[in-house]
Amino acid sequence: MIDLSWMAWTWPTAIFFVAIFGLIALMGVWEYVSPGGHPRVGVLRFETTRGDRLFVSLLGSAFLCLGWLWATDLSLWYALVLCAVFFVLVFSLV
Amino acid sequence: MEKTWNNKAWFFVLPVLLLVAFSAVIPLMTVVNYSVQDTFGNNQFFWAGTEWFTEILTSSRFHDALMRNLLFSAIILAIEVPLGILVALAMPKKGIWVSVCLVLMALPLLIPWNVVGTIWQVFARTDIGLLGYAVASMGINYNYGQNPLDAWVTVIVMDVWHWTSLVVLLCYAGLVSIPDAYYQAAKIDGASRWAVFRYIQLPKMGRVLLIAVLLRFMDSFMIYTEPFVVTGGGPGSSTTFLSIDLVKMAVGQFDLGPAAAMSLVYFLIILLLSWVFYTAMTNVGADKAPKRDQL
Repeated sequence: MIDLSWMAWTWPTAIFFVAIFGLIALMGVWEYVSPGGHPRVGVLRFETTRGDRLFVSLLGSAFLCLGWLWATDLSLWYALVLCAVFFVLVFSLV
Repeated sequence: MEKTWNNKAWFFVLPVLLLVAFSAVIPLMTVVNYSVQDTFGNNQFFWAGTEWFTEILTSSRFHDALMRNLLFSAIILAIEVPLGILVALAMPKKGIWVSVCLVLMALPLLIPWNVVGTIWQVFARTDIGLLGYAVASMGINYNYGQNPLDAWVTVIVMDVWHWTSLVVLLCYAGLVSIPDAYYQAAKIDGASRWAVFRYIQLPKMGRVLLIAVLLRFMDSFMIYTEPFVVTGGGPGSSTTFLSIDLVKMAVGQFDLGPAAAMSLVYFLIILLLSWVFYTAMTNVGADKAPKRDQL
């Protein structure tokens, strides 16, 4: 067994990375089932593929969480709900 | 479902993927782990949650360093990109002078960062440096060690000296790849010098300019060695950019948790701005082909 203690793992960060890699794997499955990346022009007025939309969703979510921490003392779980809404909006409108 | 291509080719990118995972992804994951914990050494960690992120996001020290870095990158791009294009346009396209110019342009790029810093640290000194002495001889009160404006001018001129060549070489590569037929067609149409630049040379340089802008933005936003050697981040903290501040926090103060949180915020800002640059530059002008009457 490889010793990974130097990476200072915690359960929350492990779950975070499992979720990220899970999303990427899910995109791979989606691409296998429906190849081509489904390019389209949405509200941003330029062409995006599914991969672009995932990138925008993840990056936007990161900034939503940072903005939440900067602006309020409320729990980050509310920001997570906001991120989920943002994900849905990006995948349906962008 | 109809399979359109052979997916086995993806195995060819596996070595690169493993290399990137080993050299970038795993260290980045470690930084994420550090950013939510506190440590006093000896590989002992204590859960801190989002405390370091809140501390960094509300810290005036971080805001000031970020603003300084954004201003520095904006100035660098505003000078180096137009200057690089102008020099590339002025360079000879044929003959023996091509090699001479290319070698001269490549020279600053071959010098290591810390050597560039040392050269300029001596060059700009008013007692023994040629530049500093010449400026002081003109009656200008110049001292980059005491005056923040002088320190900024020195760091910016140094960066322009070091990196404009990169923009020049990339633009030059774009320019020499334009077939003569384009220029001949423009000549037949009676196109002005500006029209040739706007509708032939600039679009043909688009891709390499994108690379130049991205490289210069990312590099200037992560600048560390040259200003550190020349000014040490001073006078005061006037040239303390994000990376200098980060090293002070991580190595000087050994605050690994806050430094990791700052690294992640720094990384996300670079990622966002690079994506914005890339998206804007690959999409602007894509549907704006020149019309004949505009030539």
